[in-house]
Amino acid sequence: MAPALHPLDQRLFYPLVAAGALVALAGLGGAYLMEEHGHVITGMDNQVVWGLPHVFAIFMIVAASGVLNVASIGSVFGHAVYKRRAPLSGLLCLALLAGGLMVLMLDLGRPERVIVAATHYNLSSVFAWNVLLYSGMFAIVAVYLWTMFERRFNHHAKAVGLAALIWRFMLTTGTGLIFGFLVARQAYQSAVLAPLFIVLSFGWGLAVFMIAQSALLAWNRQPLDEAVRRRMARLLGVFVAAALYLVAVYHLTNLYFARQGEFEAFILRDGGVFPLLFWFGFVGLGSLLPLGLLFHPRLSSPRGVLAAAAGVVLGAFAFLYVFIIGGQVFPLEIFPGHQVRSGFGDGAIGRYVPSWPELLLGLGGVGTAFVLTIVGVRVLDFLPRDDVPSGLPKAG
Amino acid sequence: MVPPRSTSGASPPGGRHQRTGEAGSAVSAWLVWAALMPSAYADGGRTPLPVIEPATAGTQCVEPAEVMRRSHMRFLEHQRDDTVRGGVRGAKYSLKACIDCHASAKNASVARAETNFCVSCHSYAAVRIDCFECHTSKSPKLAQGATR
Amino acid sequence: MSRRGFLGVAAAGLAGAVLAPGIQLIEIAQAAPAAGPAAAGASAKVRWGMLIDTTKCAEGCTDCVTACNTENGLAPATRSTDPQWIRKIEIKEIKTGRTASLPVMCQHCADPPCVDVCPTGASFKRADGIVLVDRHSCIGCRYCMMACPYKARSFVHEPLTEQKRDVPRGKGCVESCTLCVHRLDQGDKTTACAEACSQAGHGAIVFGDLNDPASEISLRLRAATSTQLRADLRLDPGVRYQGL
Repeated sequence: MAPALHPLDQRLFYPLVAAGALVALAGLGGAYLMEEHGHVITGMDNQVVWGLPHVFAIFMIVAASGVLNVASIGSVFGHAVYKRRAPLSGLLCLALLAGGLMVLMLDLGRPERVIVAATHYNLSSVFAWNVLLYSGMFAIVAVYLWTMFERRFNHHAKAVGLAALIWRFMLTTGTGLIFGFLVARQAYQSAVLAPLFIVLSFGWGLAVFMIAQSALLAWNRQPLDEAVRRRMARLLGVFVAAALYLVAVYHLTNLYFARQGEFEAFILRDGGVFPLLFWFGFVGLGSLLPLGLLFHPRLSSPRGVLAAAAGVVLGAFAFLYVFIIGGQVFPLEIFPGHQVRSGFGDGAIGRYVPSWPELLLGLGGVGTAFVLTIVGVRVLDFLPRDDVPSGLPKAG
Repeated sequence: MVPPRSTSGASPPGGRHQRTGEAGSAVSAWLVWAALMPSAYADGGRTPLPVIEPATAGTQCVEPAEVMRRSHMRFLEHQRDDTVRGGVRGAKYSLKACIDCHASAKNASVARAETNFCVSCHSYAAVRIDCFECHTSKSPKLAQGATR
Repeated sequence: MSRRGFLGVAAAGLAGAVLAPGIQLIEIAQAAPAAGPAAAGASAKVRWGMLIDTTKCAEGCTDCVTACNTENGLAPATRSTDPQWIRKIEIKEIKTGRTASLPVMCQHCADPPCVDVCPTGASFKRADGIVLVDRHSCIGCRYCMMACPYKARSFVHEPLTEQKRDVPRGKGCVESCTLCVHRLDQGDKTTACAEACSQAGHGAIVFGDLNDPASEISLRLRAATSTQLRADLRLDPGVRYQGL
């Protein structure tokens, strides 16, 4: 007989939801302040136009796409272990997407005009395409979850899973091309950003999944099979290595071009907080340390694996901070070979100091995703159950 | 609707075919009554009608008042595209012309004080407009203290 | 009611609530007139442009900036969040030490990146070549500011009051040099900055119709070389510089 479900303990559920809701509410408060007083209360200005909220939002959107990888491996490639995790993966995808989009929409100069964005599309804009892709993602994942939960439609899960996979690739490509299409700035204007964001999504999504899975199973007092953990750990290591490779290629190419030399020197050596975040945050804490923890025979304990996943997430924030804000802080090169001076910040490295409303807004998105996940897990049967005999051998 | 089976297989209280109980009947009745009786919640004369400052004496609006009341937003929405994207200025439904006629004699504006033309009706109808976050609501002609 | 039944009804209700207003939105979207010139007004026969002779630009002179601020109701910029539609830039070539001073504003490209990236189409190019922001559709996403190679666009970071009648502008929208479109539409032949520069006797800014071979700007462009800023991007800007 199947073991009885332990729904999230009453003692844990309400405090968790309350904590998450409090953070989400703080985020809404930050958004309200920004709407009321204008963006002058934030650290953003006419040079750095996208700040901390965008760092949070893009992380969540990229991770949302990547977290669905687990379900894709299950449905499309038929791995039973991952198939059992598909519902949680779908839920996390929806929750992260909702949180990320909430932050993006509330950071707009005119958030009340979202309806204009929904009715007026300039189809040469990858932003407009993203609006369509993100909305479609909600619908596809909802249908995907339905095929998983409704026993009569289980056989459709593979087809819908394939559609979700393709849609996901388009969505993450679109996210990368938001930056890739910007010919003006030296940090962007590169086609490699599309595949880079796809590979980053794999790693960030899996890391978030592993953290969420460990936490939720622990709160539910359910065990996590060691073989499953090891398999996911190895997969995360592969993704982290692949991401590091593409970032290296991006920088190597830039270093080769004479016109990109100053920018690379700024990001990699002279830029103060940016090289620090890049080398210690993304490369160290976010890539090399997790690789060590994940592949070293003695360090890959359950704690080590969780630490590696956490490192990947922190490294992701460091990467995005350098990428988004560092890319804007470096001045536009309108007059190559010249020293430039003006009252509008031309030729000067920009200054950006994150403000409290921005931080609260970003965290509010995370809080929203957290609440949605907790409530979802409580209400429906999302958690994977590995101790239920599935008729398949437990491969390591 | 079939309620979930209990583990022992016994029927739930009230039988397998559930009927709306007393509470359910009360809710349904209230919903039906509220839907059919909008006048019960309509204004019984407690909300004061807007005090709309009249436009400049001796002028005639470009459309009759009933037409304007219902369609002024549509005229303005169309005109703004003609002006911004087409460069057509001073046309029939120009916002500047509206402001010039309707600006208050007291503060030369259509949106500053509660009795000003646009604001009075819009706050009564509880329809938020953001025109005047960008457009100035003041008319220079009346600001010069023109006689009415 | 079983949980499954409840979910089914709830999902149907939610879908209905979400989709029903969408039907109205489709109506609104289709009713919205397509972007394009109306009866009279901007004509594609004209292409407005500017020629700036930097040899006549003095370092420290900001007559054009002051004139633009006065014409458009901009406060003099002191903070990095203050909008600036035109600014004076001082450049010095590192290898040779040659200096120059020039005003930079929206270059009114023929192939503007800001128009390509705007999700709502608020950033648009008018028939006569002027690149503008339709503040009725602008949602304030600032993507156009990321895309502009000239840092031409500014974002309004705080609530504004006392706007000029002909230059509505407000918090949360992006804006940039309009080539004094409100003046041009009402029959004026030049922009505030060009007028101020010539009235002050410098004569550094020439404004005119690039499509008219007999206009002063066309004659000057044919007579001496001029450069475009970031010509490598092939954006075909309407603003050109001499003396750089």
